[in-house]
This record gives sequence, structure tokens and C-alpha cells, in this order.
Amino acid sequence: MLLKTLEILSEGTVPLLIAGILLVAHWRGVNVFESFIQGAQEGFTTAVRIIPQLVAMFVAIDLLRLSGALDLVTKLLNPLLSLGGVPPDILPLVLTRPLSGSAAFGLTVDLINTHGPDSFIGRLASTMQGSTDTTFYILAVYFGAVGIKKPRHALFAGLMGDLAGFLASLYICQLAFGP
Amino acid sequence: MLNRIWLSFILIGIAAAILGGRAEVVTRAVTEGSQTAVETALGLIGTIAFWMGLMRIAEDAGLILLLARIIRPFVRWLFPEVPANHPALGSILLNMSANLLGLGNAATPLGLKAMAQLQELNEEPDTATNSMCTLLAINTSGITLIPTLVIAARAAAGSKNPAEIVGTTIIATCCSTMAALTVDAFCRHWGRKKPGGWR
Repeated sequence: MLLKTLEILSEGTVPLLIAGILLVAHWRGVNVFESFIQGAQEGFTTAVRIIPQLVAMFVAIDLLRLSGALDLVTKLLNPLLSLGGVPPDILPLVLTRPLSGSAAFGLTVDLINTHGPDSFIGRLASTMQGSTDTTFYILAVYFGAVGIKKPRHALFAGLMGDLAGFLASLYICQLAFGP
Repeated sequence: MLNRIWLSFILIGIAAAILGGRAEVVTRAVTEGSQTAVETALGLIGTIAFWMGLMRIAEDAGLILLLARIIRPFVRWLFPEVPANHPALGSILLNMSANLLGLGNAATPLGLKAMAQLQELNEEPDTATNSMCTLLAINTSGITLIPTLVIAARAAAGSKNPAEIVGTTIIATCCSTMAALTVDAFCRHWGRKKPGGWR
């Protein structure tokens, strides 16, 4: 019921928003086409301006993944985590999630297919994938777009949010679905 | 700080590749990584242009400022440095709503618009302000109500109830967002002040 309402809400928002903004703006005497072109021009330059940041970030993260450096960290951390009751198969996803959205989604699909979508690991991976966003990507795009070079504590806060999301996912899935 | 993180990512990657006896993956990472980066940005151009165009219309009609004034009493504690007569809060609200509803395509352009408006208030354009860090904390911790992609993947794998993870995801994402905001608030008050930065 709640899910259905949310679905209708997210499907209906975009058309209503577009029509509403255009109508109100026209009624208030805005030349909507001119305004749109000006804004879209700004959007275009923004999208192009973030390319260098994305290249830097994606190359570095692909290097970490393809070189086996991430696998190595996984192997080193595994004995520690199994003490805390963390299933070892989930660790690559935990480490990849803040770095690359598409790679993490690939790992989630892989875990779902290997262990089954209704297995504990399948449900845990699904929850973890959805509970946070790709911190490094967001940082590169949002700060790159306005030319921020010193992010101060933003990265630290984002990564702590990721960590909290993973721990919460683990705890809640154990409560809700049992190991 | 980004400088050191980037440097160590690259050096660790190259060292691991050489020590693991597969130096050829370095070239592969460089080619694939840069290609994906450009493809991602090119894929974004259309939606960013459209939503920023729509946002400009709303701005010129005074709607963003109106929205900012309405919600200011509720979010002033999150963004205390944004003045009353500034449209940034309006864009921030739209960005948060798009995230909540799972409209990823719209959320990024709206967030970028909010960033640009916060940058207008920034006295040191190369350093993030407190408000920017808070906006980033909200976005990186991924407040979303329906993880549509994950539900689709679970359905494709033949799950009996693909949407059963919605509840656990909402609780986990709330914990993540609260943790990010708490750390952000802590760093803002007790970290080193802006000149010099918190590294």
C-alpha cells in the first residue's frame, strides 16, 4: 500500500512539476523559452566542466580494482570481520560501494545471482547497495562543478555515513531476516 | 587532501599491479577509466541541461526563492549560513525531494544548481563552505525511499518478494544520513576553522 503510493508519487511528480513550473512562470510574464535556453546552456557547461574530475576519479578507482589492490585489502580484513559475524562474501561490496556505483551494482547483482535473491546474503547485499550513494563520485561531480579544490571534512563525513549505513544494514538484516 | 588521496590510489594501484605480475592492467585501467568518465559525463549532458533549464524558468518566476522562504524555518538548523533572501535553500529542497523519490536523473542537476548557488555565498571559491559539506553529506549518504534498481535486479533474479528490502533499506539509509550529518556537525564545530581547512 505504502509502496504503491510512493510509486504513484514518484511517477506523477515529474510531469506535474514540469507543467506547473511552466504555467506559473508564463502567468508571471517569464519568457519561458529564453529562460530555459539560458539555464540549459549553464547545465551544458557544467556537465562538460566535470569531465576532468571524473577522468581522474574513474582511472584511479579502476586502477585499484583491476590491479588486485582491493582484493588484497579484502583478504587482509577478512579474518578480522568473520570474528564480528560479517559474511566474508559481502566485503568486496562494502569496499567498492563508496568508490564506484556501477561496479558495486555489478557486485550486488553477482551476489544476488550466486546466493539467490531471497538468501540472507542476497537481502543484505540489496540493502547495502540501496542504503548509501557513491561518495567519491558525488564529491567529484558536486565539487568539480563549482571548482572546489579543498573539500574539508566532506569526504570524511561521507565515508562515516557509508560505514554507518553498512553496519546498520548488517544489524537490521540480521534482525529482520536472520542469518 | 584530494591531492594525497588521488596520489595514493594511483601509486597503490600501480604497485599492486607490478607486484602481482600484471602490469598490463595499468594501461587497461587508464583506457577504460577515462572512457567511462567521458561516457558518464556525456550521458549526463542532456538531463543536466534540461533540469537546469527548467530550474532557470522556476528561478526567473521567483518560485525557487518562494520555496526557499517557505522551508527556511525548517532547515535553518542544517544550513545556518544561508541568508533569508537567497534561493539556495529552494534548490536544496528540490534536490532532497528528488533523491527521496528516487528520481536520480533529476537529483544530480538540482544538486549541482544548489552547489552553484552556495558557491555565490563562498568567499574563498576553492574551499568548501560548511553548507556545501552538509549538502554533500546528505547526498553521499543516499536518502532514498525506493531503491528501484535493486528491486529490478532482485525481480530479474526470480525473487519471491523483490520489494521486501525496502523497509531495511529505509532504516539503513536513515542511519547513514544521520551519521554523516552528525560527523559533519561535529567537524564544523570542533574541527579547524575554514582558513587552513579541516584536513
